[in-house]
Amino acid sequence: MKPAIAVHKFASCDGCQLAFLAAGEDLLRLAEVADIVHFAEAGPVDPDAKVEIAFVEGSVSTPEDAERIQRVRACSRFLVTLGACATSGGLQALRNGADAEAWVASVYASPAYIQSLATSTPIKAHVKVDVELWGCPVNTSQVITTLRSLLAGVTPEPEREAVCMECKRHGHVCVMVTQDLPCMGPVTRTGCGAVCPGMGRDCYACYGPAEGINTDSLTRRLREAGLSSQQVVNRFRHINSGAPAFAHAAQRAAGEGDGERGS
Amino acid sequence: MKEHRELRIQVPVLARVEGEGALDLHIRAGVLEDLALRIFEPPRLFERFLVGREHTEIPDIVARICGICPVAYQMSAVHAIEGAFGAGPSSWVRAMRRVLYCGEWIESHALHIHLLAAPDFLGADSVVGLAQTHPAEVRRGLRLQELGNDLIRLLGGRAVHPVGVRPGGFYRAPRPAEVTALLDRLRAALPEADALVAWTASLDLPERHQDFVSVALRHPDEYPMNEGRLVSDDGLDIDIAEYPAHFRERHEKRSTALHSAYWREGISDGTAGRPYLVGPLARMNLNQNQLPPEVIALLEGTSVSFPSSNPFHGIVARALEIRYALGEATRLLDDYRVPDSPAVPVTPRAATGFGCSEAPRGILWHRYEFDADGRVLMATIVPPTSQNQARIEEDLRLSLAAFGLDRAEDELRRHAETVIRNYDPCISCATHFLRLRIHGK
Repeated sequence: MKPAIAVHKFASCDGCQLAFLAAGEDLLRLAEVADIVHFAEAGPVDPDAKVEIAFVEGSVSTPEDAERIQRVRACSRFLVTLGACATSGGLQALRNGADAEAWVASVYASPAYIQSLATSTPIKAHVKVDVELWGCPVNTSQVITTLRSLLAGVTPEPEREAVCMECKRHGHVCVMVTQDLPCMGPVTRTGCGAVCPGMGRDCYACYGPAEGINTDSLTRRLREAGLSSQQVVNRFRHINSGAPAFAHAAQRAAGEGDGERGS
Repeated sequence: MKEHRELRIQVPVLARVEGEGALDLHIRAGVLEDLALRIFEPPRLFERFLVGREHTEIPDIVARICGICPVAYQMSAVHAIEGAFGAGPSSWVRAMRRVLYCGEWIESHALHIHLLAAPDFLGADSVVGLAQTHPAEVRRGLRLQELGNDLIRLLGGRAVHPVGVRPGGFYRAPRPAEVTALLDRLRAALPEADALVAWTASLDLPERHQDFVSVALRHPDEYPMNEGRLVSDDGLDIDIAEYPAHFRERHEKRSTALHSAYWREGISDGTAGRPYLVGPLARMNLNQNQLPPEVIALLEGTSVSFPSSNPFHGIVARALEIRYALGEATRLLDDYRVPDSPAVPVTPRAATGFGCSEAPRGILWHRYEFDADGRVLMATIVPPTSQNQARIEEDLRLSLAAFGLDRAEDELRRHAETVIRNYDPCISCATHFLRLRIHGK
């Protein structure tokens, strides 16, 4: 019997599901090796089916979704987060710490109709996550590699190093050194293919923090390049503002954490 | 007996739409008493995230509203920014933006036709099932989808949330060798798109004739994408900045998307306004005279022609737009040259700017207020799906009545889903939750 897999959606843009839906022939081949039992956008709907692997796109931002993710976990042997929203809370985590109620009122004419949590939180804030796939968006090769590894009984090895390393391998000219651009590559996890420096622009950290990074050093470098402290804060408070390393860096850049030396 | 039956059908998740939501149907004694398309968007509050951000950050942020049409968000945004700051794109930038948009229309339409809509008309539940019965057609569709994605990659570096767009133009100009490689594939795909048009026109689409207003951009020289005036088939012809005077958003209890209604002084009753259609069918109804003759000729010998009052002809309009976009991208890339600069300078000033472009699903309207340093003071974004929502409900009422309210529950549900999917609701644009419930009393 083919192993069952599911793709669940929470608060998101649907872009990470495209790693499957835009996979072309690979999508049809995937259906030959795995039984896709729940993937609403593709057709199958059976959210409570037991599965080998559940891929989860999106963050948790409503009381209903906070309950739903518990059911997803209970039905799944492996739970894999699919992209920035599921892994760090995503861009919409910018609401965290803000006056979410006032924000809702400013967008919707009748805010009483809106039921929403004050925060947008990653899946791991609610349930155990087995594999995290960073990226906004994730790409097909990340997803298929993870899926094949798990089905083969192998724990997938996540990308850990910074975009800078990938830039060197691609032979891209460093946009920070040559153009003084506020590139986030030194602190950002690779896996994207160093696409922004490849286009001659600064990385904006959509793959989240790499491991073993020095955000203080980057903050100093960005300030030397002429960014205001608010501009530096915005560099960290972007797609992955909920990632602890970036949240911490933003706080320090804002001068709020000056007295303490965080880990 | 059926006249007095009581129904209670609940489908927790409507499949093959982008995102999730709900539909409530109240049928009593053979009468559709109430109908509401519910869209539960976990509010993502993008318009607030933008406040305080620099104009240069907008294209990267608004792309995240929708993974399927990020280019549309970037295009409406950069035009609004440039309009506010008095910058005009170079002819090279203008042409390449159009190529980029062609890529998005191709990938988004190919995805909708093959993965979302076609299974409804061919007795399948998904593209995987459809690939069993129609392998050649599905593979052709997936190839076209991939080609659209590769066009986006050419200018954007990647297909989802591309990174190439900046106010004033692009970060990088493609190398001629990259363009040449893609041109060969575009030309080779033209006959495939011709066949796709014929195939969609041959599908067993429901016969419906409904009275609705189509709204789209119109440009004097070309089929509309990035620029134009807003027009309707009942005589509206306005600058995009006048949009709020004729189109009103209201907040319905049943939805976290804001509903839009069309309102014209002296024509509309009261202030409630009326539903209207945006998207491929509306564009085709209003702009088919801008299509090259060889594209229009593809409809000869079929039962489909435009303008059309049958909403189900939307799938044929999508196929025609794929064919048009392939030809247009080929034309624009044919005499490709690397420009002196891939972007024009953009100098901020305190101002308000408007952008409206034709997303795959219809007009996407943006308005930004900037301070003197180019930081966002206020942002307003109206996506196509919230504009179509009232029209979808109106169509559901008419289509279900025409279909027959005495039909079996499964048939009613399936037909209602087919009607909704036909609009390709980009619930991603609102990250909605669609849940179908049919109540019988």
